[in-house]
Amino acid sequence: MRIIDVQIEEIIELESDIHLFKVKSEEIASKINPGEFLNIRISELPVPLLRRPFSVCDVENDFFYLMFNTLGTGTKLLSLKKPGEFINVLGPLGKGFNIDDDFETAIVIAGGLGVAPFPYLTRKLKGNKNIISLIGGRTKSDIITYGLENISIATDDGSLGFKGNVIKLLEEKITGIDISKSKIFSCGPTPMLKALKNLVTQKNINCELSTECAMACGFGICQGCPIKSTEDEDKFLLVCKNGPVFNSKEIIL
Amino acid sequence: MSKVDLSVRLGNLTLRNPVMLASGTVGYGNEISEFIDLKKIGAIVTKSISLKPKEGNKPQRILETSAGMLNSIGLTNVGIEKFITEKIPFLKKYNVPIICNIAASTIDEYVECIRMLNDENGIHAFEINVSCPNVKKGGLQFGNDVKMVGKITEKVKANTTKPIIIKLSPNVSYISDFAEAAKKVGADAVSAINTLVGTAFNIKTRKPKLNNVTGGLSGPAIKPIALAKVLEIHRKVDIPIIGIGGIMNWQDAIEFMIAGASAIQLGTVNFIDPTASEKILNGLTDYCKEYKIDKISSLTGSYQID
Repeated sequence: MRIIDVQIEEIIELESDIHLFKVKSEEIASKINPGEFLNIRISELPVPLLRRPFSVCDVENDFFYLMFNTLGTGTKLLSLKKPGEFINVLGPLGKGFNIDDDFETAIVIAGGLGVAPFPYLTRKLKGNKNIISLIGGRTKSDIITYGLENISIATDDGSLGFKGNVIKLLEEKITGIDISKSKIFSCGPTPMLKALKNLVTQKNINCELSTECAMACGFGICQGCPIKSTEDEDKFLLVCKNGPVFNSKEIIL
Repeated sequence: MSKVDLSVRLGNLTLRNPVMLASGTVGYGNEISEFIDLKKIGAIVTKSISLKPKEGNKPQRILETSAGMLNSIGLTNVGIEKFITEKIPFLKKYNVPIICNIAASTIDEYVECIRMLNDENGIHAFEINVSCPNVKKGGLQFGNDVKMVGKITEKVKANTTKPIIIKLSPNVSYISDFAEAAKKVGADAVSAINTLVGTAFNIKTRKPKLNNVTGGLSGPAIKPIALAKVLEIHRKVDIPIIGIGGIMNWQDAIEFMIAGASAIQLGTVNFIDPTASEKILNGLTDYCKEYKIDKISSLTGSYQID
């Protein structure tokens, strides 16, 4: 992990007011793995004070991609940056997805902006594994499909694809898949991850969850981002250092 | 101009320079050592150690506020045994003076911790945390009670030959009364300030944003308050002061020294820029050269108030 200034090469506007930054950094691009993240200093000013964590969305040659919406002050300010400007990143951070397991089919389950880490995972798995992507959102405008493969969509209001949540869609799909040779990779809102954890525990499916927590430093010194460990209920793991990706068996949500 | 003398004295403790890393913002040095050369730092103050390990509070523990942050970590730490066997040996490799911060919920517990650590030659001093706002027992309960602060200081002082620094709470009417109480019974220095108690609510759910309801406010937002507290102590009590509170750059550090601090601690800034201590150290040196200051210690309390 290092702190470096990196240059924005290109800004791509996706559907639903989602921004995609293409950023040049041979160092980050060569070191970062799917599911790992970068902690970005939005400005030198005292507001916003803390860095903002972003999972790496994709990597292509000497470039990495960041995907974000503009819900908070930090991301609003970030969205005002122009190509050619620099951003200050600290990383790569955390533990990402483990793709060395023995599996034939990768099932990607994402809710809303939880799709962010999966274009890179998809890129890494394409050609070696079967990939099935199930994307969920409240409504049509929440659905982002950038960089994904073999996509099925679920919306709560039925405005696009399956009517219902993405876990219900998975339950339907799962009947046609050999789950003993599958691994689930998931990222999204905590209620979604909770429901998924219940399902995979019941059906004994290998599953990794990318979690979120408010954090300050991103590399373990502030102790600000605990998550309960299944090993010992009184013990906490850190989302930034032990995660953000955990096997579903490791954590209590 | 010849080399600037950056060394500072805090009672019986001499540091090569006034830049210290504050307790709870650098863990036990492992992570920060990937960013900076610890050998250059004045001292590292380790995360509060308690007799037994502590897991800390449930999330949410961190919340950003305007130019600041609230934390309610709850003194998460590995406990004194693991600290001795694992953490001290690591830090000793870096030849950085270690100041061990101790938290406890009873006077006896403070004393026991001190006794267990007194023979550790890597530890240069103890900083006694009587001001953590995020634990139910000890912490602020002690930090708000001037007699108790005196009693704790007296007891720990009696059980060690190492310098004792008392970390004071700003959540009191007159912080100088507490500095005076610590000085009377032999404290070598005081650290001022710990965090300010604060909170925040979610207006949709009407629930507090932190699981612990309240937390400690730190960052640039508290700097003016911290400076005023340092000044208050400096004007009323003759004791070395370590200034803490929202220092983000060398200019802030100079301001604290002018207000009366002999040394400074960096806290929140380590989360944002873990290399800040080296930059601040360079900035302090350049400032001294520019203003022809031979000894940085001459800045302490050099305020010009008519």
